[in-house]
Amino acid sequence: MPRTQIYNAVTERLEILDPTGIVDEDLMPDLDPDRIREIYRDMVRMRAMDEKALKLQRQGRMGTWPPIKGQEAIQAGVAHAMEDGDWLLPAFREHGIMLLRGVPGHLIYAYWVGDERGSSFPEGVRVFPVAVPVGSQWQHGTGVGLSLKLRGEKAVAVTLGGDGSTSEGDFHEAMNCAGVFQSNSVFVIQNNQWAISIPLHQQTAAETLAQKAHAYGIPGIQVDGNDVFAVYSVTREALDRARNGGGPTLIEAVTYRLGDHTTADDASRYREDEEVAEWEGRDPIPRLRHFLEARGLWDEEQEQTQQAAAHAWVDEQVAALESMPPQDPSDIFSHMYADLPPHLAEQMAEVLEEVGS
Amino acid sequence: MSTAEIRVADAGDPQPTEKLTIAQAVRDAMADEMDRDSSVVVLGEDVGVDGGVFRATDGLIERFGSERVIDTPLAESAIIGMSVGMAATGMRPVAEIQFMGFVYPAVNQLLGHASRMRNRTRGRITLPMVVRMPFGGGIHPPEHHSESYESMFLNSPGIKVVVPSNPYDAKGLLTAAIRDEDPVLFMEPKRIYRAFRADVPTAPYTVPIGKAAVAREGEDITLISWGAMVRVCLDVAEMMAREDVSVEIVDLRTLNPLDRETMLASVEKTGRAVVVHEAPRTNGFGGEIAALIGEHLLLQLEAPVLRVAGFDVIFPAAKNENLYLPNRDRIAKAIRKNLNF
Repeated sequence: MPRTQIYNAVTERLEILDPTGIVDEDLMPDLDPDRIREIYRDMVRMRAMDEKALKLQRQGRMGTWPPIKGQEAIQAGVAHAMEDGDWLLPAFREHGIMLLRGVPGHLIYAYWVGDERGSSFPEGVRVFPVAVPVGSQWQHGTGVGLSLKLRGEKAVAVTLGGDGSTSEGDFHEAMNCAGVFQSNSVFVIQNNQWAISIPLHQQTAAETLAQKAHAYGIPGIQVDGNDVFAVYSVTREALDRARNGGGPTLIEAVTYRLGDHTTADDASRYREDEEVAEWEGRDPIPRLRHFLEARGLWDEEQEQTQQAAAHAWVDEQVAALESMPPQDPSDIFSHMYADLPPHLAEQMAEVLEEVGS
Repeated sequence: MSTAEIRVADAGDPQPTEKLTIAQAVRDAMADEMDRDSSVVVLGEDVGVDGGVFRATDGLIERFGSERVIDTPLAESAIIGMSVGMAATGMRPVAEIQFMGFVYPAVNQLLGHASRMRNRTRGRITLPMVVRMPFGGGIHPPEHHSESYESMFLNSPGIKVVVPSNPYDAKGLLTAAIRDEDPVLFMEPKRIYRAFRADVPTAPYTVPIGKAAVAREGEDITLISWGAMVRVCLDVAEMMAREDVSVEIVDLRTLNPLDRETMLASVEKTGRAVVVHEAPRTNGFGGEIAALIGEHLLLQLEAPVLRVAGFDVIFPAAKNENLYLPNRDRIAKAIRKNLNF
C-alpha cells in the first residue's frame, strides 16, 4: 500500500496597512473615519500610559512595570472588535486592552504599584485580573468560553498571551479543550518575539505559532500585529464565528517588544540594537497616523491636541492612583474566604495590634 | 460508629434514610445539588458515560445530560483551569481529579489561581468550585494511585480542605462544599468508598465545613484523624477498650479551616493525644496539630503528642503498601507509649 496524504494544512497571514500607511482597499474592514480616529487616539493614550509608568518607576513611584510599547495595534484592534458582553482574559502585558475594556487607568497602575485593589474592577467590567503564571490564563479562556456557550450567552471569551506562553503545557491543554468543546473562545498570541531573553526560534521549531491551531482542529491565522486594521479584521471574523456557535480561533499577531521585558530587565544584554531599530521603523502608531494624514483625517493640530489630552488623562490617572486611601491592614485577611475563619481572625488581631489600629 | 451515624440513628428523626456507601453518598450529593441548582456542573475524566472510575458519578449523565456532566480530555490542569473560568462566570463546577496522585499538573491552577482569586480581586471575582479527588492507599493499585497530598494544600491559604470518613458526612459535606462560595478540595477516602454502608437521609442536608466530630467518646486518650484512618482508629478504640483504655476519637472532617475548639476540648479532657494520618510524617499535618496542642495545652498534657503517620518514603507499590500505612498495631503501640510516658 502506498503512503497517502491524510492531512494538508495551509496557514494564512493577513496584512492590510503597510508601514508607510498605505492600505489594501479590498481588505479594509468596515470602519468609519470617526472610529479609526478613536482607535488612533486609544493607541496614543496607551503609549502615554506606558511612558508615564516608566517615568514613575524611575522615580520610585511605580513597582515593576512590563511595557507594552510597540504592541498597541494588537490591543486596540482586538478591543475594538469586541462587543459589550465579551470577556477579556489578559496575561500581564495587556494594560492597553484592559483599559479599553473598562478597567480604569489608575487601577491598572495600582496593580503594578502593588495594591490588590488594582484587580478589583468596577461592577460589570468583564475582565479577568492580570495572570502572572505564564500561560495559565489560556485555560481560563477555554473555561469562560465554555461557560458562555453552556449558558447560551452570545458572548465570547478573548484571551491574550505572549509567544513564550505557547511553550507551556497549559497552552496546549487550553487549545485542545477549546477545540473539543467548541467553546466561545478567541485566543490571541501577542508574538513580540522575545520571552525575556529567549527569542522565538528557541521557543519553538515551528515556523509560525498560528499553525499550531491545525493540531487542535481549530482555525488559526497569522496577522501583522503592528497593523491595526488586520488585527481588527481577523479578530472580528473570529469573534463572529465564536459568537454564532462556530467555535474557537487561534490568532498569532506578530509584533515586537520595543521595550525591556519589565523595568527589572535590560534587553541590551541579549538582543541587538539594529533589530530594535528596525522594528522602531514599523511602530504601529506612526503607521496609523500616516494613513489618517494621507486620507486628510488627521493633521498636526489634532495630533498636538490628542497628545496633550493623552498626557492630561495620564496625569489624572496618576493623581487618582496617588490619592487612593491606604488599604486597611485587615484587608490582607478579609478577602481570603467569604467568611473569616477563626485562625485568620486571630492572625488579623495580631497584625492590627502590631500596627496599633 | 461515628457520631454522625449515631446522630441520625438517635435523633429518632422520621425522615427517610437509605443505606449507602461513601461512593453512593457522594453521587447523591452531586445529583441533589444539580437538581436544585442549574449552575452546578460536573466535569472530569471518565465522569460521564463511564460514571467515574469509582462510579462516584454513576447515572449522572443519564439524568442531567452531557452539557452538565462533562467528560473532559485527559488534562488535569485544564479541568481545574476551565473550572476557574466557569466558576468566575456564574457556574458552580464540581471537578474530579481521578486520583490525588495525578493532581500535580493542576497545582498551578489550584494554588496559582483558584485559591487566590477572591483575595487578589478583593472579593470582586469569587470561585464557588469543588475539586473532588480520591486519595490514600489500601486498594493495591499501580503507582501514583495511593498518595495523600493534603499537606501541600494546607500550607497554601485560600482553599478549603474537606475529608469525610463515612457516608453521612460524605453527602452532607459535599453538599456544603458545592454550596460554598469558595474553592473546596474534597478528598475522598477511596479505600472505604465501598467498605461499608450507613444510614444516609435521602433528602439534601449539609454537614458544616469547619466542624470536627467526636466520632467516639472516651476518657483516657484522644486520637485525632481524618478520612480512612478514622475507621482504623475506631477499630483500635474497640481493641483498647478490652484493655480498659477509653479512647476518644476526633474526626477532623475539615482540615482547613480547622476546628481547633473540638480538638482542643477533647485533648484538654483526656490530657493525651495521638494524631493518625496516611500522609508522610515529616511536615505532615500531624506536626501542625501537635504544635497547636502544645501551644494551647502544654500544662494539661500528660505526655508528648505522638504521630502515627506514613513514613517519609515514596508510597510503596502494592506489594509493600501495608508496610507504609498506619495500622491498628502501630496506633495501639503509640497509645500505650503515650499512656506509659
